[in-house]
Amino acid sequence: MIATRALTKRYGHLLVVDQVDLDVREGDRYGFLGPNGSGKTTVVRMLLGLVYATSGEIAVLGQPVPGRVAEVLPAIGSLVEGPAAYGHLSGRANLALIDAAGRSGGRRTRRQRIADTLDRVGLGGIDNRPVKRYSLGMRQRLGLAAALLRSPRLLILDEPTNGLDPQGIREVRDLLVELNQAGTTVFLSSHQLAEVEQLCTRVGIVDQGRLVEQDDLAALRKLTGRSIIHTPDADRARQLLDGRVEQADTGSGRLLVADPDTAALNSRLVAAGIRVSGITAERRTLEDVVLSVTGSGADRFGAAREPTEPAHPAQAGHPAQAGHPAQAGLPAQAGHPAQAGDDIVEQ
Amino acid sequence: MIRVELAKLVRRPRSWVSIALLCGLPVLVAVFVAVTHLAPPPGQGPALLSAVLSSGSLYPAAALAIVLPIFLPVAVAVVAGDSIAGEATAGTLRYLLARPVGRTRLLAAKLVTLVVYTLAAVVLVAGTAYLTGILLFGSQPVAATPGGLTTSNIAATSLSGTGLSPLDIALRTLGAVSFIGVSMLGVGAIALFLSTITDSALGAALGALAALITSEVLVTLNAAAAVNPYLPTRYWLAWIDFFRDPIVWRNIERGYAVQGAYVLVFLAAAWAHFATKDITS
Repeated sequence: MIATRALTKRYGHLLVVDQVDLDVREGDRYGFLGPNGSGKTTVVRMLLGLVYATSGEIAVLGQPVPGRVAEVLPAIGSLVEGPAAYGHLSGRANLALIDAAGRSGGRRTRRQRIADTLDRVGLGGIDNRPVKRYSLGMRQRLGLAAALLRSPRLLILDEPTNGLDPQGIREVRDLLVELNQAGTTVFLSSHQLAEVEQLCTRVGIVDQGRLVEQDDLAALRKLTGRSIIHTPDADRARQLLDGRVEQADTGSGRLLVADPDTAALNSRLVAAGIRVSGITAERRTLEDVVLSVTGSGADRFGAAREPTEPAHPAQAGHPAQAGHPAQAGLPAQAGHPAQAGDDIVEQ
Repeated sequence: MIRVELAKLVRRPRSWVSIALLCGLPVLVAVFVAVTHLAPPPGQGPALLSAVLSSGSLYPAAALAIVLPIFLPVAVAVVAGDSIAGEATAGTLRYLLARPVGRTRLLAAKLVTLVVYTLAAVVLVAGTAYLTGILLFGSQPVAATPGGLTTSNIAATSLSGTGLSPLDIALRTLGAVSFIGVSMLGVGAIALFLSTITDSALGAALGALAALITSEVLVTLNAAAAVNPYLPTRYWLAWIDFFRDPIVWRNIERGYAVQGAYVLVFLAAAWAHFATKDITS
């Protein structure tokens, strides 16, 4: 659906996107993950023909972009850097205008399609108030409605859950899964690990303009070879498994054991009369993956790192862009290893 | 796309407020003049206003002379400056282009909308002024021509002093309306070009007005005589020649040529820039 080759964008001396090779396949829910300022939005804009690449090639739905972008755009619904609407008009009037703007809108079905789409995004009962009186969440839903208006084959969404409350985030997630199961490919760009981890089947991680990892989420979240055990008898379990316990938190009764065989561990513990409230094989979280591929520690800020990696001028002038994912408030949202297997007993 | 842009223009309160203000100023002037009967002497104040007391049917021309120096260019520059930059600021530009609306199509639709707005403004000013003039000054006055010529079909006098029939005045006013419309398109083209460069609608409008003020300053400057014939405001007042008898075509023709050149050059520049621009708004 989307394929780029050595996609590069330079603004003057600033290298914003550096040799990106995206590969989004039909039916994917693709998560394009990276911190703010890592070049995600610029890539999205290039995919839509809004920004022209400095070098490299783009093919969307099999057509070259920007060469034949007018042919592919009708099959794409997009949300780029937040929703936008004419503030003095109602949501319905805005959708009608945007629908009438392009070709092949279908005037006769317009009213019905607008009503259906508003229903889908949870604005079905909206009154005729002007959009400037909408809350941030309502605007976000309206933007999503505009993207869905023509039943696109490909959705390119930049931070679609921005400004939504937890309920709204869940609704949008369910909606995207539903659309995806009906055959829509979803390309979602986000800086939120949790959002990508919960929704996507395939992940591309971008860091300072480079695509540093691209794989199926299941493949990225491989087993670590350790097991997590929860037990009220932590001390006894520790004695029994002595030597293989890498980490023990006797207060909460959580042990990290260097043994992937949860079934054997479980039977051994139970045989010794140790109560087991939970045991699971540990998997890498997306956060672990992100931290490992985006390199050094969480304290790097542009200038300090510049001498060691002069090859990336993007850092020089933009310290804010060099922010590590971990600094963008991610750990709180990302699934911590401790949560991954809580209360799940594997045989 | 043109229909969509026109719908946006019509549904925007600002369009109507600006036109109402444009029409209101000449009405205000007319009321003052009618109440006091103190028209500026010929050659002073807005063109033709001195002749208005003698014939209301000349008032459309006088009204255009009143709004031409500032009000009309400001209104046109604001609308033209807003055309692309306004969409960019609101963020709707990227969604229009991703819909997709071709960049050339969008620019063409904006241009058509601008032409419609400009003509509507000029025609409505002339129309309301005609009604005001007839109402306050009457259409069959005693002619104040040197020859004292007063017949029923002579409604007004030209600047040269000969009588003009109502049809004559209507045609001449129409000529003035078209000339002023084209002059305003020159302003609009400059503002539209600036609107593709900046994301600030205000900046584009003020930029176009700055160009006009520069031109006005240079027009009066003898030292700038070399560039004088090419300045955008040089022939702005040439439409007054429509009300001479016989019509003096020389400056009117030059005015059309200069404005046409400005419109073509700046539209081409706007298109060239917009079609190749990175949309980062």
